[in-house]
Amino acid sequence: MARILGGITTSHVPAIGRAIARNLQQEPYWRPFFDAFAPVHRWLAETRPEVLVVFYNDHGLNFFLDKMPTFAVGAAPVYSGGDEGWGLPVMASFEGEQALSWQLIDALVQEDFDITTCQEMRVDHAFTLPMALLWPDQAWPVKVVPVCINTVQFPLPSARRCYALGEAVGRAIRRWDSDARVAVLGTGGLSHQLDGERAGFINKDFDLQFMDSLVQDPTWATQFSTHELVEKAGTQGVELLMWLATRGALGPAVRCLHRNYHLPISNTASGLMLFETLR
Amino acid sequence: MCTPDIPGTTLFDGRQARKGYALNKMCYSFNEAANREAFVRDEDAYCARYGLNEPQREAIRARNVLQLIEAGGNAYYLAKFAGIFGLDMQDIGAQQTGLTKAQFQARLQAAAD
Repeated sequence: MARILGGITTSHVPAIGRAIARNLQQEPYWRPFFDAFAPVHRWLAETRPEVLVVFYNDHGLNFFLDKMPTFAVGAAPVYSGGDEGWGLPVMASFEGEQALSWQLIDALVQEDFDITTCQEMRVDHAFTLPMALLWPDQAWPVKVVPVCINTVQFPLPSARRCYALGEAVGRAIRRWDSDARVAVLGTGGLSHQLDGERAGFINKDFDLQFMDSLVQDPTWATQFSTHELVEKAGTQGVELLMWLATRGALGPAVRCLHRNYHLPISNTASGLMLFETLR
Repeated sequence: MCTPDIPGTTLFDGRQARKGYALNKMCYSFNEAANREAFVRDEDAYCARYGLNEPQREAIRARNVLQLIEAGGNAYYLAKFAGIFGLDMQDIGAQQTGLTKAQFQARLQAAAD
């Protein structure tokens, strides 16, 4: 059976893409953010995951409001990025792990998650930028399965539901008849708000409490409604749903190997956590 | 549901999604460089093609983000519109809060304390 080695959660804002494209990683503004990935790079080099399941939210590259799935699972042989309106360079495409895609799809529907399946799917900055943060040479050593959670159009799935989705994904991975080494990546957050007079809202206290909770009391944030999460973390801070799904997938026994919290990058408080699963 | 409003915040719910469909569809089209160029070439014709209503057309003309949100715009699609003018999220944040960009950046920085 497949084994989950661990998981990583990180922010994904587009400004990271501009910093990479302009080679600004060592500028004073960006250095505290990019340098924090060194322990993650070492962990990836040591554990060598072969497959990566990625929880992320599309921002209007693959999905428009004509069809807006709450949960979508990629089942494509290959995933490409695209121009998202800013003309940034498009990264190398990503090879899909279709066997695991269908393992997840079968298991999730069996567990009453009414997902959308996508045999063609473009992945936006929320997927591509964290990949480039994990592997700066952009030569991807893993096959991927993207799992997209709607944070564009309300109602959003609840924190409780996203955590449960993650748990179900974790079970499905562990039951996959494969000897693959699997890791999980969750992208988004932490607190930020782009729109309205409240733009620029950041809540450091809540972010730090949330990061602590993923280690000590992982379902803590599932007590909050979507409305409460917007209030505490901002309209885009609700992307912490990806972190909850990731944490759910890792199972009860984890150790946090590394964390970083730095703000601001663009309008966002950035967070990074690295977990290993314990047998 | 009966939940108190969050000040300065418009949740993009079904009401907004219906109201803003044409506007957001136009902004979604700006994923493609050729469409961004077509907009710049003839803004009136481009907006007419997507059937924007008058408040939406006026908000686009004014490049005013709060007006665009009021007209049903969603932040993620509006970001593609802003991209045409080379504006980043801090330009947009400054405009919405009535601050200069430097003041807005200082406010973000202050959240670290």
